[in-house]
Amino acid sequence: MGSITLEAVTKSFGGVKVIPGVDLEINDGEFVVFVGPSGCGKSTLLRLIAGLEDVTSGRILIDGQDATGMPPARRKLSMVFQSYALYPHMSVYKNIAFPLKMAGMDPAKIKEKVEGAAGILNLTDYLDRRPGQLSGGQRQRVAIGRAIVREPSAFLFDEPLSNLDAALRVNMRLEISELQKSLGTTSIYVTHDQIEAMTMADKIVVLNAGRIEQVGSPLDLYHKPANLFVAGFIGSPKMNLVEGEAARSRGATTMGIRPEHLTLSKTEGEWQGRVGVAEHLGSDTFLHVHVQGIEAPLTTRVPGNVEVSHGDTVFLTPDPARTYLFGPDGQAL
Amino acid sequence: MATLHTRSSARLMLTPSVILLLCWMIVPLAMTLYFSFLRYNLLMPGTEEWIGFLNYQFFVEDPAFWASLINTLLLVGGTLLITVVGGTFLAILLDQPFFGQGIVRLLVIAPFFVMPTVSALVWKNMLMHPVNGLFAWVARAFGAQPVDWLAEVPLLSVTIIVSWAWLPFATLIILTALQSLDQDQKEAAEMDGAGIFSIFWHITLPHLARALTVVVLIETIFLLSVFAEIFVTTNGGPGTESTNLTYLIYMQALLFYDAGAASAGGVIAIILANIVAIFLIRMIGKNLEA
Repeated sequence: MGSITLEAVTKSFGGVKVIPGVDLEINDGEFVVFVGPSGCGKSTLLRLIAGLEDVTSGRILIDGQDATGMPPARRKLSMVFQSYALYPHMSVYKNIAFPLKMAGMDPAKIKEKVEGAAGILNLTDYLDRRPGQLSGGQRQRVAIGRAIVREPSAFLFDEPLSNLDAALRVNMRLEISELQKSLGTTSIYVTHDQIEAMTMADKIVVLNAGRIEQVGSPLDLYHKPANLFVAGFIGSPKMNLVEGEAARSRGATTMGIRPEHLTLSKTEGEWQGRVGVAEHLGSDTFLHVHVQGIEAPLTTRVPGNVEVSHGDTVFLTPDPARTYLFGPDGQAL
Repeated sequence: MATLHTRSSARLMLTPSVILLLCWMIVPLAMTLYFSFLRYNLLMPGTEEWIGFLNYQFFVEDPAFWASLINTLLLVGGTLLITVVGGTFLAILLDQPFFGQGIVRLLVIAPFFVMPTVSALVWKNMLMHPVNGLFAWVARAFGAQPVDWLAEVPLLSVTIIVSWAWLPFATLIILTALQSLDQDQKEAAEMDGAGIFSIFWHITLPHLARALTVVVLIETIFLLSVFAEIFVTTNGGPGTESTNLTYLIYMQALLFYDAGAASAGGVIAIILANIVAIFLIRMIGKNLEA
């Protein structure tokens, strides 16, 4: 069990409204990712749910129970911190056992549970070590171990992968997803990395300046962005946003076209441009094309390798079925 | 540029200061050792002669020696207890956000800058005095018989005066250690279901171990040689009730003019200090390892 409901939650620090009002429904067993640029209030929202900050107004319900004024320990949530927040003077075993010890559990049962968690997380050989003697990935796993032994109603992850190197991050991403699916526990995961959001989430919550811009499944957000912010944030490389004549002719203020939906031609097309930087990845080629009358260079993604070089003239044509049109208020038309 | 040449010239340039420091230490030590084997009384000049270990025997067989040894340990131990426990408590209070934090922190440090003689005089005449003192006034306000602190509980009084001076030192060091505690760890413990006492015991105290070790070691070094507070308040009395080893050596040298016995006492004090140091390092020194 682990459904979480936010009702008109607001948070101010001093006079500054960090979260002007959020309503959100998180169902039992869901993997929800809060994503947004830094300073958008996603970590604050997580800390409000955890109980580490008090809400200024509004209600938080956990499993249908009002948890707004509850201390963190009684909310039955566990959290994995960005810094891992392991206890440096305790062994790995004691770190993982700490929440159970605080709950006053029988030592024999603690041992069984800690060893179970260590088995799942490949930590069995490291139980006697101190956190200082572990690598970044192992520390991460200890922090996760400490979170899962309590069998909480939900896990909260606060940018857990941002201290790891790129290769390890991809691995841990898979491991966390795998673990969450096998445990079936509700999880809230905060990140600024939209790739993590797209790959892990059942439901993505896009936040900007403390407001929810859009909630939906990863592909929902990719195919039907509700506004300019979501359109620009989700997808890699970023969606091209074109203003001016090209957008006006389609009856919009801004037109969006993803790099993968632009067709490249050397002979004819809607826009003529000059190739700037060409990034050859082998599987794909990303071209940055400077087009007369469009301010930012258009990024286009071409499968495989194309033989173009800096300064070549090329033509680009947007796929008419896959253009996104936005009105003057930034909302999708 | 650590070539052989620069290293040897560096050593050459260091030599004068090393020699100076060595003389500074070795000469008094050697002279003390030498005097401790002489009959050397300032009232009988010209009768100095080698008497072997007689001075040591005389000093150790003096009933005041054992009393002063116990007093020294009680004074050091009592002050350490008060300053470490009180310092931790004060540091936790000062770590909380409150109005006027800066000025309060400044005031807390102030006693450490008061000269021992001055603080002892203030305590003796304005606080502990059985007639004029503040404590006596408070006792009378409740209808109780005022306590003559320096006469009835002299060692405790000295311990309190010394603790008052050293409490700020302990507080300051522990406060800086507290401020370096990662807030995430406290929050993690809070989410793990630890109450404030559990957090203090399992998270804060282990984090403070190193700072507490430094406080204990430094204070011990200085507290073994407390003198001014005793000299100004009780003069070691009544009897030998508040005489510590330092004060006993002072009595031998400057009240009885027996430089030989005082030197022997000095050597014994050095040995005692080293024994205490060895025990301390054994007990808590491992906290200093990274």
